[in-house]
Amino acid sequence: MIRSALATITLCALAGSLGAQTVAITGGKVFPVSGPAIEGGTVLIRDGKIAAVGKDISIPSDAQRVDATGKWVTPGLVNSYTNLGFGDVGFSGGPRELTAKGHEGIAAGFQVWLGFNTQSTLIAPAREGGVTSVIAAPSGGLVSGQAAIVDLSGALALSDVLVKAPATMLAQIEDNESAKVGASGEAIGELRDLIEDTKSYMRRKTDFERAQTRQFIATRRDLEAMIPVVEGRESLTIGADQAAEIREVLNIARDYGIKVVILGGAEAWTLADRIAAAKVPVLTGAMNNIPGSFATLGNRQENAAMLRKAGVQVGIIGNAGGGDEELFNIRNIRYEAGNAVAYGMSWDDALRAVTMAPAEIYGVAERVGSLRSGTEGNVVIWSGDPFQLSTRAEQVFVRGKKIDAPSRQDLLAKRYRTLPPKYESQ
Amino acid sequence: MRIVVFAAALSVLACTSAKGSPAPAPSPMQAGDTSHSKGAKDSTTAGRGAFSMPNADPFPSTYKPFPSKTTVIKNVTILTAAGPHINNGSILLRNGKIESVGANVTVPADATIIDGAGKFVTPGIIDIHSHLGVYPAPAVEANSDGNEATKPVTAFVWAEHSVWPQDPQFPRNLAGGITTLQVLPGSANLIGGRSVVLKVVPSRTVQGMKFPGAKYGLKMACGENPKRVYGNKGGPSTRMGNVAGYRTAWIEAERYRRNWDKWNAEHKGDPPARDLNLETLAEVLRGNILVHNHCYRADEMAQMIDIAHEFGYKIRAFHHGVEAYKIADLLAKENIGAAIWADWGGFKMEALDGIRANMALVNQAGARTIVHSDDPSGSQRLNQEAAKGIEAGKEIGIDISEDQAIKWLTINPAWALDLDSKIGSLEPGKDADVVLWSGDPFNVYSRAEKVWIDGALLFDRDDPSEQWRTDFDLGFVPVAGGAK
Repeated sequence: MIRSALATITLCALAGSLGAQTVAITGGKVFPVSGPAIEGGTVLIRDGKIAAVGKDISIPSDAQRVDATGKWVTPGLVNSYTNLGFGDVGFSGGPRELTAKGHEGIAAGFQVWLGFNTQSTLIAPAREGGVTSVIAAPSGGLVSGQAAIVDLSGALALSDVLVKAPATMLAQIEDNESAKVGASGEAIGELRDLIEDTKSYMRRKTDFERAQTRQFIATRRDLEAMIPVVEGRESLTIGADQAAEIREVLNIARDYGIKVVILGGAEAWTLADRIAAAKVPVLTGAMNNIPGSFATLGNRQENAAMLRKAGVQVGIIGNAGGGDEELFNIRNIRYEAGNAVAYGMSWDDALRAVTMAPAEIYGVAERVGSLRSGTEGNVVIWSGDPFQLSTRAEQVFVRGKKIDAPSRQDLLAKRYRTLPPKYESQ
Repeated sequence: MRIVVFAAALSVLACTSAKGSPAPAPSPMQAGDTSHSKGAKDSTTAGRGAFSMPNADPFPSTYKPFPSKTTVIKNVTILTAAGPHINNGSILLRNGKIESVGANVTVPADATIIDGAGKFVTPGIIDIHSHLGVYPAPAVEANSDGNEATKPVTAFVWAEHSVWPQDPQFPRNLAGGITTLQVLPGSANLIGGRSVVLKVVPSRTVQGMKFPGAKYGLKMACGENPKRVYGNKGGPSTRMGNVAGYRTAWIEAERYRRNWDKWNAEHKGDPPARDLNLETLAEVLRGNILVHNHCYRADEMAQMIDIAHEFGYKIRAFHHGVEAYKIADLLAKENIGAAIWADWGGFKMEALDGIRANMALVNQAGARTIVHSDDPSGSQRLNQEAAKGIEAGKEIGIDISEDQAIKWLTINPAWALDLDSKIGSLEPGKDADVVLWSGDPFNVYSRAEKVWIDGALLFDRDDPSEQWRTDFDLGFVPVAGGAK
């Protein structure tokens, strides 16, 4: 299941730069994802970027060498649906910066990353699980707003961690109450109106400024934000589970020629061929088989594998339910990928689904999700198979820097490693 | 992505008395036991419901083991939960019991033989924190029967009266290797009601699933949930209000127990009035019902322990103890189990300090680690949860063997239900609740292949025609291979 091949060599075009930090990870089983696996490969990182990956890479004398013999080396994982950075406590921990008020369920203009906390305590645990990039998404409403892709370096400045913003527009047609509609058909109608109105707005901006248009369904800010979606430059990620909901998402994509991504997709397997033909990607998990609502009766763990087999681009996200997999357990997508394998996906496809597939879906494959010349130096050295429960992410590099800052959870474990804790009178 | 929120974060406080279970007092009204079927013989004979008797069993189990074949699984790795694992071992299941386990077993002539090469055998997994049946799928208001959130102390409700045996989550749990479940009321209340212990088997009635002879549990809940639910409904609205609520209930229960025990011993005069709420609590004080207490924070667990001391009962297990590691020494001293997750935390304030090393740290302190789910999906992968716990221990220098970790899933939860003499390990004479795994159960790629309960093969992954589908599954849930 794991392909292996000799030298895939990509050389960095740039000559050695001044005072640059160069790291050479040598001897490991390297999974570039963009190409076949390389036994005993080298990953060369320079100036925070991948400079070269291959079997016979010449290693500059000033490079810091990291021996990864016996280890597995992959790109940092990409979790393609999280609410990271907008409040660390799921519930009862005060307000979160996640859901815009919007207007009648529409908050397309909401740029959720403006509230992103670069110092979230949940960044470190995610990184300890080998996740180095996430989609940080808003939630709620019919159109929730725009998501960003963020690297988990822990740097203070937002500009130092943003990979792409906006990365996609989030919407959902599953929860009528949140969308402020009475039925999913009404939600579909409103999405169509929003697209039509955006087109009209684009043609008649001057009239709009003079208040010489009919009233549009959304505000100026929301219509502006929808322009790249309508022009096909930005994807519209739509939460949809039931087969009927998915069918209508496909119809919207077809009718307007826009790029859509299906989020959740519980019953997507029943329409796998149509989704594949429409070239619509699906973000879903592999750990939920509960018919939890009448819209998710078809939930099954083989969903991701069946979609992939039909040729659908699949990103794996947490969907076990019940836990807080989107927040506290962003780190767990590698186990989700492992379960996808247990339920029929090939190992290579599962790795792809937590690395390069989401990067391609959101147009950042040149930046993250694979190990090839020019991508960010987001690299994980694993003690073994990254999907395995007994495997540890031993070293994590984000943008070329090895990061081993302990998580808050590490600090607690250390404090209570022996009892009573030191702070208490003995 | 639809997030269906179950009544997660509910948990039970198991309380058992050190005294052991007294034998039921002889009742002067035994005739009443048959009055409901044959009619009272005379107008002075009361039904048994007139009296508050210890260990009463008004909804008796009708469970009968399914037909079983004598079965030998050979050439297999056996995690017994009773000692070191056995490589290339064999296990013989006969007449619903485990007859022998070892490097070699005598194979009866009529035995079905299964070659387990490369596979693993474990005891059936036991989840002591389930809401299957009381919060069934699909999660609609009409079937939301897990929290009697009408007042803070509802010891009078029994989870079994909410269990829907056609909940499609049951067969999915069985396919995850779960053979015994404790189904609990939710955690909205200080005292939520009685739990019920079920075999994960198809039945038209909950009585047909009830584990014969299992004790009841009492669900109690600390912290955020009760004060949130009742803060604007007359209280409690604070943690101190919570504690006052428990103590008030136990004070009343103690008086009730005293009155009834006296009357049951003497049969003098009119019997005291029967009260379902106090009756359940009195049974806890007598040691006949085990307390399972939902409690996240270390400081609150310590307070619950003091309350138990004050009223002379024992807490059997804290559930959801995300901070159990902070007081693992106290849990060991008090002999209280910690029913916990591998890595949930942060989903509310009281869950903030969840750490992955919790299982290993509790184990290390000599307390009982119990892997639980509170989740119909997570329940199917308790083996994976334990595997995470092993790895997290290793990362801080605590070495947990698979022989130890299997106990977190089997004999330790069996102990929490006081059923460890019947289930939870693979030893001769125990119920043949057995799982055959495709590989090491702590490997992410392994799945339960076959599951036996009392020696009967009830799940076979290789034979979809034999897989249990509930009434709800029929027609509503698309079958595998139904892609269009």
